[in-house]
Amino acid sequence: MSTGPSDIEIISRVLKGEQSAYAELVNRYQNYVFTLTLRFIKSREDAEEVAQDIFVKAYRSLADFRGASKFSTWLYTIVNTTCITFLRKKKLDIHSLDNEKIFETVQNQDSGFNANQVEQKSKVHMVNSAINMLGADDAEVLTLFYKAEQSLEEISRILGMETNAVKVRLHRARQRLKEKMETSFTEEVRNIYS
Amino acid sequence: MSSDIKNSPLRDGDMESRLWEYIDGLSAAGERTVIEQLIQNDKAWKDKYHELLEVHDLLQTSELDAPSMRFTKNVMEEISKYQIAPAAKTYIDKKVIWGIAIFFFTLITTFLVYGFVQIDWSSSSTPGNNTVDKYITQNLDKVDYSRFFNNTYMTVFMMLNVVLGLMLLDRYLAKKRKQFSKEA
Repeated sequence: MSTGPSDIEIISRVLKGEQSAYAELVNRYQNYVFTLTLRFIKSREDAEEVAQDIFVKAYRSLADFRGASKFSTWLYTIVNTTCITFLRKKKLDIHSLDNEKIFETVQNQDSGFNANQVEQKSKVHMVNSAINMLGADDAEVLTLFYKAEQSLEEISRILGMETNAVKVRLHRARQRLKEKMETSFTEEVRNIYS
Repeated sequence: MSSDIKNSPLRDGDMESRLWEYIDGLSAAGERTVIEQLIQNDKAWKDKYHELLEVHDLLQTSELDAPSMRFTKNVMEEISKYQIAPAAKTYIDKKVIWGIAIFFFTLITTFLVYGFVQIDWSSSSTPGNNTVDKYITQNLDKVDYSRFFNNTYMTVFMMLNVVLGLMLLDRYLAKKRKQFSKEA
């Protein structure tokens, strides 16, 4: 994922008192952490604030990181718990995997992206828009698997659930994404498949 | 082997989940060979495979969002106010945890033993099937804890709690005072 010193090397420097070395870890993971946070918290302002809070929490608890997992896995665990706590505090809905009603709400909220509007836009934009239309659970598992390079076992550790349950969640998330793309981006999908 | 699978009435969901496992590289070696054959020989499998592969490729092209340019600077400014907390294992002494566990275990065991000793096990009225509940209730009613839960012991216990509570409050307020003086 990155060149230069490994995460472990940077962490040991930070633990020895070289606080400025932490900036390298922040630079390395800020996009991952921010994207994952955005999957939960749709407002960019709030998401940025929470992402900052996540890095501060990670810094303060750095001595607890024992290297049993990848640093990224440990960091994404903090992302998951912090975002859930934030949503609870804000009394917002955490979009549940099985709650079709909430799923529909998300669909309606974001249906501003209609096929015509995105006609000229790239595949990348289409996928990102479709992911944004998904519930937080689905979007999170897809981001962790495809972008954050986490294995099913690592995702299970981050989400605190069984590996098989993660596999099912991932499968359902992909199914929902496919449906979302087929319904909201019909023309683009037809072009891709043809 | 592949013809067996080909002829079996597989539901679309089974096909999809097996193909996803294949695409993710999670299938066992034997299963991979079977799926490869199915993709080659069966049109439905081939079409579904290409469809899912397209979704897989699309997902890999998705992009990450970037926070504002000041993000790292903001984090570094924020952490300059803090110190790294000592590792949990260094401040949670195992001896303390064992001490608490032993205390509660001893307490529960003492009460249980004390209660069992007071039950009249040699009672002549042996319980019938429908009087078991009554028998247990009668015996349990005889257990007397008033020796421990009398006024004097309870008062001492409550006093201890009050003292401990005041000590905790004092520590909390001292910490707050320190924090305010640092900020000022």
